[in-house]
Amino acid sequence: MDLDSKIPAGPLPEKWTRHKNNLKLVSPANKRKFTLLVVGTGLAGSSAAASLSEIGYKVKIFCINDTPRRAHSISAQGGINAAKNYPNDGDSVERLFYDTIKGGDFRSREANVYRMAELSNVIIDQCVAQGVPFAREYSGYLANLSFGGAQVSRTFYARGQTGQQLLLGAYSALMKEVVRGGVEVHTRCEMQDIVLIDGKAKGIVVRDLVSGKIESYAGDAVILATGGYSNVFYLSTNAKSGNLSAAWRTHKKGAYFANPCFTQIHPTSIPAKGEYQSKLTLMSESLRNDGRIWVPMQKGDTREPNQIPEKERDYYLERKYPAFGNLMPRDIASRAAKEVCDGGRGVGPTGQAVYLDFADALERLGQDTLKERYGNLFEIYERITDRNAYEEPMTIFPAPHYTMGGLWVDYNLMSTIPGLFAIGEVNFSDHGANRLGASALMQGLTDGYFILPYTIAEYLADETPGEFSVGHEEFKAVEQAVAENIKKILSIKGRRTVNQIHRELGMLLWENCGISRSRAGLKEAAEKIPALREEFWENAVVGGSADDLNQSLEKALRVADYLEFAELIVGDALHREESCGGHFRTEYQTDESEAKRNDKEFCYVAAWEFNNDDGFVLHKEELTFEHINLGERKY
Amino acid sequence: MAEKINLILKIWRQKNRDDKGHFSEYEARDIDKDMSFLEMLDIVNDKLIVEGKEPIAVDSDCLEGICGTCGAMVNGQPHGPQRGSALCQLHVRHFKNNDVLVIEPFRSRAFELIKDLVVDRSAFDRIIAAGGYISVKTGSAPEANFIPVSKETADLAMDAAACIGCGACVAACPNASAMLFTAAKISHLVLLPQGQLEKKRRTREMVKQMDLEGFGNCSNLYECEAVCPKKIKVSNIARLNREYLRAVR
Ligand SMILES: Cc1cc2nc3c(=O)[nH]c(=O)nc-3n(C[C@H](O)[C@H](O)[C@H](O)COP(=O)(O)OP(=O)(O)OC[C@H]3O[C@@H](n4cnc5c(N)ncnc54)[C@H](O)[C@@H]3O)c2cc1C
Ligand code: SF4
Ligand code: FES
Repeated sequence: MDLDSKIPAGPLPEKWTRHKNNLKLVSPANKRKFTLLVVGTGLAGSSAAASLSEIGYKVKIFCINDTPRRAHSISAQGGINAAKNYPNDGDSVERLFYDTIKGGDFRSREANVYRMAELSNVIIDQCVAQGVPFAREYSGYLANLSFGGAQVSRTFYARGQTGQQLLLGAYSALMKEVVRGGVEVHTRCEMQDIVLIDGKAKGIVVRDLVSGKIESYAGDAVILATGGYSNVFYLSTNAKSGNLSAAWRTHKKGAYFANPCFTQIHPTSIPAKGEYQSKLTLMSESLRNDGRIWVPMQKGDTREPNQIPEKERDYYLERKYPAFGNLMPRDIASRAAKEVCDGGRGVGPTGQAVYLDFADALERLGQDTLKERYGNLFEIYERITDRNAYEEPMTIFPAPHYTMGGLWVDYNLMSTIPGLFAIGEVNFSDHGANRLGASALMQGLTDGYFILPYTIAEYLADETPGEFSVGHEEFKAVEQAVAENIKKILSIKGRRTVNQIHRELGMLLWENCGISRSRAGLKEAAEKIPALREEFWENAVVGGSADDLNQSLEKALRVADYLEFAELIVGDALHREESCGGHFRTEYQTDESEAKRNDKEFCYVAAWEFNNDDGFVLHKEELTFEHINLGERKY
Repeated sequence: MAEKINLILKIWRQKNRDDKGHFSEYEARDIDKDMSFLEMLDIVNDKLIVEGKEPIAVDSDCLEGICGTCGAMVNGQPHGPQRGSALCQLHVRHFKNNDVLVIEPFRSRAFELIKDLVVDRSAFDRIIAAGGYISVKTGSAPEANFIPVSKETADLAMDAAACIGCGACVAACPNASAMLFTAAKISHLVLLPQGQLEKKRRTREMVKQMDLEGFGNCSNLYECEAVCPKKIKVSNIARLNREYLRAVR
């Protein structure tokens, strides 16, 4: 199949407006007849479901959590970008667009990124109207912070709980549609597979996580808003229920998977403590507004941080990148941290950490201001480490955090399966090879509030609503396959826990397909993955039954999919013989050890097709840059 | 190497709603003091799984105190002994070697038990659905800075909006009242200028739903504030009472 990105013609700043004017419409009387299935209640899913219901569609929404409000988006800390230019520091849509394209190391679509920047401002309007309590100046007007990869202050925030407040806003919009009768919510309900009829998405099969029942839902379109796949690394900053399964099952039925190797390692997370560690905790990027990152000049310096005099400290980001300093984009900051630790200058009990120091900020701003800005983050830090970051620097280390790769979608956010849409982190669309801070929330909400409600009509206008019911034989066939898969997984009677196998997979990927990647390492991983998958199917132990709440089974089903996907992420990393953004191949670096892109050969989106016989088949969507010059990514 | 301790766990086991339920005793051995409470339960569970026994069902997700998924009584206290934090933020270092921990689900008539430590808190969703929002449709919002909000007000609204919907307030209350949860949402919205137009209907409907769900009345014992992981203040309840009187007049 040829990839048609459906990018509209015309000058970049006019594309979206023109496109909107040309999109087909569905009349209000007809909208009522369409049922849309939204999977996921994060920012993307909740905002889409609420908006689609408001304009008249019937919506059913599903999530793993016990209530829509607990989706992973709730834990976003730092903030959300918009080009309001309230601080009068020179921001504009054009600049937000440029920063995002450059931040993504020129591996995203101009048209999509421009649209996101253009819509960023109305998101803030919408959220304020919903009552999102953004931080304010004493004047009563909205306050801003700076985030990495930008030289302007364009980040809106609500303490360190921006994701929570935005999600509660979207959740309240959703609940208002629930009472109105427009939305039906299905919680503790995990999508297991998609149902295609004549090649189009016509429904889903889910497992009710409480009763264990396998159930079908028919709809006229399926919208995946299921988030990212950082948990493939086992340890990540993502919520534990985060998974790839819904997207993976659709991939196996025809949805292309784009740029799987574009994953983001966040530079500032609390370092791991031991084997038992179940998850890593992020310390928001906003801390880098006031915190300074350093390591000792000397290798193996074991003095307490406060004992190390100023001139024996290396503020390596400030030294290497004076223009952006501690606010360097994440990929570069993470790599720099790894470099100093590999060089033996890491700190903490494992040597796998660097300092994030607030001493200067304390002097400049005082404890009260710091507390107001970051109080909850300092508290989270203290709860976990038992240390007080007002008195000594935090120790931090990079951790898997976000996945730029995801289901391939066209400009209308439709995947290669007609009628299957993907929004939010689960699609690949806007962040190229590296995402800038505070841009995921922006993307999730633009997709959900302001793009999908328009673009979905283009597809639905040609569909007959309610054409198929769950009585159709395809539904029965998928239900049966799902039930069999569950039976099979429960029948493995081995000795290793699912956690152990998942941890092993995570380590393998972290070491060979993490912050930096080499041909040899990737090849080694590619060889080991099938063996580990076999080990899982022969020697895992799951336990419990299929007919009630079985958290061990839920986990096993997700890990089984990761064990398949791992091969694709490694294959993609191996095939992309260049360094760009979060994808750093040691063979391709500049003399200053920076990422070396290869625009001649790799300026494309790698969209992988799943093929039972030939393995993964590569399709390329060439990226063309009309508006900006493909420049070196210098900071 | 961090210090290691042993703990005795008495955990409530109940297959489902209809099962009678009972306490079972488990030993958690060689537990690293830096470990979180839930990581310690992971270890106990992995052991049960390997022994072919049914693991303990327990909810969690973000593991950083923001999603509100986790929650259980530890020695009679919702979310355990540490103030201002959720169960997932509790660490083993708060306990001593050979301590006995009694671990039970949040109990309340309105929170039906699902399995072991997992309960159904969907009553909270229905309280929000009854009116816990500003009914603005997508696309109809004015420019954000048209609505100035004083910093003090925005901060107070944020304090109330920080509620994570965990249900500890209900579990702590002898009357199983959901007043703190409901008051937090009502306060968040009524403090803001955007929330004024719908405030009467909102207050009436949310309180009505709260009563319908079978939550008890508030008799000013303030146990809720003491256990709230987000330190939501009972002054919000006073605000709710004021708003309610105005709304039904
Ligand atoms: C700790 C942390 C801090 C962050 N801070 C920021 C920040 O400050 N600014 C920023 O812009 N971004 C931030 N991000 C990134 C951002 O939070 C996420 O990218 C974004 O919230 C993803 O939203 P989403 O709607 O796509 O999916 P999610 O919020 O991940 O929601 C996924 C939903 O899908 C459901 N689901 C998944 N699989 C299934 C299935 N099979 N069946 C049914 N339901 C399913 C889940 O239950 C959930 O409801 C942060 C991320 C982390 C981890
Ligand atoms: S008020 Fe506090 S205790 Fe009650 S649900 Fe909200 S966060 Fe939990
Ligand atoms: S698991 Fe999210 S608050 Fe505890």
